[in-house]
Amino acid sequence: MASLVAILDLKGKPLIQRSYRDDVSSSCIERFLPLVLEIEEEGQQVTPCITSQGINYIHIRHSNLYLLALSKRNSNVAEIIIYLHRLVQVLIEYFKELEEESIRDNFVIIYELLDEMMDFGFPQTTESKILQEYITQESYKLEVQARPPATVTNAVSWRSEGIRYRKNEVFLDVIESVNLLVNANGAVIRSEILGAVKMKCYLSGMPELRLGLNDKVMFENTGRTARGKAIEMEDVKFHQCVRLSRFENDRTISFIPPDGEFELMSYRLSTPVKPLIWVEAAIENHKGSRIEYMVKCKAQFKRRSTANNVEIYVPVPDDADSPKFRASTGSVQYAPDKSAFVWKIKQLGGGREFLMRAHFGLPSVKGEEPENAKRPPITVRFEIPYFTISGIQVRYLKIVEKSGYQALPWVRYITQHGDDYSLRTAQEKGSAPIVPLEM
Amino acid sequence: MNVPKKGENYELRADLNSEYREKRKDAIKRVIANMTVGKDVSGLFPDVLKNMQTDDLEQKKLVYLYLMNYAKTQPELVILAVNTFVKDSNDSNPLVRALAIRTMGCLRAEKIIDYLCDPLQRCLQDENPYVRKTAALCVAKLYDLKPELAIDNGFIEQLQNLISDNNPMVVANAVLALTDIHNFAAASSATTEKEIFPLNSQILNKLLIALNECSEWGRVAILTTLARYTPLDEKESEHICERVVPQFQHVNGSVVLSAVKVIMIHMRNVRREDLTKQLVRKMAPPLVTLLSSPPEVQWVALRNINLLLQKRSDILQNEMRVFFCKYNDPLYVKVEKLDIMIRLAGESNVDALLSELKEYSSEVDVDFVRRSIKAIGQCAIKIDSSAERCVNVLLELIATKVTYVVQEAVVVMKDIFRKYPSTYEGVIPTLCANLEELDEPEAKASLIWIIGEYADKIDNADELLGVFVDTFIEEAYAVQLQTLTAVVKLFLKKPDSAQGVVQRVLNTATKDCDSPDVRDRAYIYWRLLSTDPAAAKAVVLAHRPPISLPRTTVSPALLEELLTEISTLASVYHKPPETFIGQGKYGADSVQRSAAILDDEATVRRKALQNIVAGQQSENLLDFGDDDEGDNQLSGLAATTIRNTPAAATSIIQNSSNPLDDLVSIFGGANIGNTSPPPIQSQQAGLGFSSLSPTPAAATRAPAAVSPSSAQDDLLGLF
Repeated sequence: MASLVAILDLKGKPLIQRSYRDDVSSSCIERFLPLVLEIEEEGQQVTPCITSQGINYIHIRHSNLYLLALSKRNSNVAEIIIYLHRLVQVLIEYFKELEEESIRDNFVIIYELLDEMMDFGFPQTTESKILQEYITQESYKLEVQARPPATVTNAVSWRSEGIRYRKNEVFLDVIESVNLLVNANGAVIRSEILGAVKMKCYLSGMPELRLGLNDKVMFENTGRTARGKAIEMEDVKFHQCVRLSRFENDRTISFIPPDGEFELMSYRLSTPVKPLIWVEAAIENHKGSRIEYMVKCKAQFKRRSTANNVEIYVPVPDDADSPKFRASTGSVQYAPDKSAFVWKIKQLGGGREFLMRAHFGLPSVKGEEPENAKRPPITVRFEIPYFTISGIQVRYLKIVEKSGYQALPWVRYITQHGDDYSLRTAQEKGSAPIVPLEM
Repeated sequence: MNVPKKGENYELRADLNSEYREKRKDAIKRVIANMTVGKDVSGLFPDVLKNMQTDDLEQKKLVYLYLMNYAKTQPELVILAVNTFVKDSNDSNPLVRALAIRTMGCLRAEKIIDYLCDPLQRCLQDENPYVRKTAALCVAKLYDLKPELAIDNGFIEQLQNLISDNNPMVVANAVLALTDIHNFAAASSATTEKEIFPLNSQILNKLLIALNECSEWGRVAILTTLARYTPLDEKESEHICERVVPQFQHVNGSVVLSAVKVIMIHMRNVRREDLTKQLVRKMAPPLVTLLSSPPEVQWVALRNINLLLQKRSDILQNEMRVFFCKYNDPLYVKVEKLDIMIRLAGESNVDALLSELKEYSSEVDVDFVRRSIKAIGQCAIKIDSSAERCVNVLLELIATKVTYVVQEAVVVMKDIFRKYPSTYEGVIPTLCANLEELDEPEAKASLIWIIGEYADKIDNADELLGVFVDTFIEEAYAVQLQTLTAVVKLFLKKPDSAQGVVQRVLNTATKDCDSPDVRDRAYIYWRLLSTDPAAAKAVVLAHRPPISLPRTTVSPALLEELLTEISTLASVYHKPPETFIGQGKYGADSVQRSAAILDDEATVRRKALQNIVAGQQSENLLDFGDDDEGDNQLSGLAATTIRNTPAAATSIIQNSSNPLDDLVSIFGGANIGNTSPPPIQSQQAGLGFSSLSPTPAAATRAPAAVSPSSAQDDLLGLF
């Protein structure tokens, strides 16, 4: 429960605020940033929750903004923080970008949203699709006054009645993101697969859908044996349309889908995975003159697959200059803003292996050198279509609607990098000296 | 009213009264824009109010927004709005009806409250669920302002009826409103004659049904209420657990955490082993998944996981790797992850953990590096078999010569020496070689302690300590105290070579030192040495109690309480709500009230609580919260052993900054936990000798009395 919600700029000045209860004065907002600075000055962590003089400051960061909620009680902080994130999401869906300017330009509608999304400090409707049905920027263009869509309070609060399509279609995207961490010795020390099933639903009426996956637990429960591989999902999360108790009972995924695009489910597997794209770098650092890299990249997946848009980010010292690159494939660019160079390979076939070299100059005079040098890991971005690393498969998608129409499901698979696909580099790999770059 | 003739407000006023609709609406927007940036536009109240009656929903919302902001400053004029509100609450459009009732509740002006009751009555029975759910919350708003009005009009009963509503959103908001009123009433202890929100099996069943149908936020509301329910028997507890478990699969992390809370509470009544096991097993995967959320959510999850692990260490047994820090994690996340990794560390995974910690120790952030090194020490203390590997990693870190790394490693080594005495003496030369590098008091004090402890095995201990005696006055108190003790230890072990240095340090400490603690300790040592050297030996060289990692960072009673607060602020602060909630209508009152009904256990808890409030001085191995820079002698690991008995520990902790604790611990021995401040005084008296001004002569006589046969096996002729 929040008494007040405000969006602040980085100087701590409120851009917009809404008070829901009068037990917290809005003047407390001004005290937020000084508090943060005070904590930083004392050399302590600024955590998302700060308590001071009986007021609890709960905040999240989004680009150059603070979203702040104040409470005087022992509130459900998970709820408040997730609500703030949801607020960010809704505002982004309304204005494309959420930043100071978009807030100033749209204060009227933000007030409306703040009023609708929370009442007396309790989150209400936070589905932007539903909100957009009755809170719009073009309200004055409407001939008739907006009414609350039944969906706001329906048991099926995510789908309106009376949807019609000439052609009934469903698109399923199974997207798996791989997170993995390789240590400097080349051993995978952590890996996980975060999967998501995204849907685009263009279906008429109130269809009942049932999705079948090669879920190991379900096979075991029903005593059936799987043809081919079955996968063991460690944790599954569903869109609110999925009947959770039904899943708990017999692992059936049944639901009435929202209209249009949404994420039906996400799952997690922590089975160890082999790095799909292996990268290693030999680094030779001649302090005060130059630094040289030799990077090897290897596609460790089946030959018939291809990785698209591979981007390998290799970090370099902040003060590196005059870059020289040579790569056996793709292109290399220096990205000084990221203190890295990027090796881009449009298409990387399975089993292929490539090399690249980089050479940078280093200033001969060094400023005050930090005792521990910054050594961010190498990160890799890629996507491999028609392939799931876990082996998950959609076995069927049954669509039943009382009008009895036929609908076609289309399924796509893709495996891509997660937000943390990184390979640590060794401090100094002095062993194999790099032959000077000839250019 | 004084009406300005020019300026922005004047123009706005003109526009607000314009004959053109568009112009008026535009003016309202400008008024709101001014309000947003903090300009005072309260003077335009009557002019804005005139635009309230309109078919334009957007304009209506803006005027309402204006009213909410300024109703309190213009209580006389608010009354003018009542007619429109009442009319709107009868509008054919449910959106307008809900808007009117929602806004009226937010005006918080006495004048308008009386006019709220009729529309509210109607809206609570509205055919449209959107209006009903809004009206439900409005009852809570009304109660907040004028409780008697809500009770007299029977709104509470109506809310209770809404729990049976066929719409799950309405049920959820009715639950929210009732809970809010319930809490308010409980806090102000105004109405005790009748419980506002009694929970019985009937209501329970309704809630369990609504749980599966409502929106995510509604689920949080219902789960929070389920946590409050007192089950009739074990069967009912099992039933609740079974019905709540599916919520673990919800995407919304607050639903998941609220479900965890309900399960943790009702699992207490479940005696079926298999069910408990099953519940615990099902809890792990959703908790791990929360780590893929945004960092702020991760942090809340991590703080809660920390609590859960203190109660049930088996929850995430094989999951340590998921807590490995990502390079880009914010520091507050990394710190929590470190703490949890240590909790999950065991023989099977300690190697992986050590190599991670070593990696972290070479990162850029100094604070994180220090904590990582500390964690290596915690590993060594926790897992006996890993101690040697930990020491090796520490040696590698010391070899980097990075000053803060070396210093932290020295501090950690001290703890390892305490846990495993006389095991890693081979390391001492390496440590002493870095003597010059040390500039932090805690690191210096640690190294001095090590030198004193192993004085008989270090050839040039007197030289090494002599360096600190020379600079005695300039050192921090913690270093002074440690130097004092170490020199006395040296003297007791090697009386011949240390006589000069002990004399010098006692002289300086008693004469030139401005800290009473240091002076007191010096006097005590002096008297001890001069009267009864055997006793001095017994005191100074006494066997120290072993140290270990505490399983919990809070007392068991407090832990139980915090587990019922999962996902709330209390659970992330690890403090009971009374310590941080506002001193307004809820805070102070409720604390006083609870003071009246304290039973024994609560007394213990309250003591612990006062202790926390007192500033959490006692540093704890797993408590990264505040680093007290070695001001207290019992810092670090030493303090933690005692804290294992939290009730009694309260008294000790308060005294932990007392340098006499060293002495106390010797006398207290195993039953130190029972020592309370008065006994400390008495022991001090026991030590204190009759004459308060020792003469140097007395001290010089001392060495003669000490038997010089103390084993001087210089195992380490290394210096």
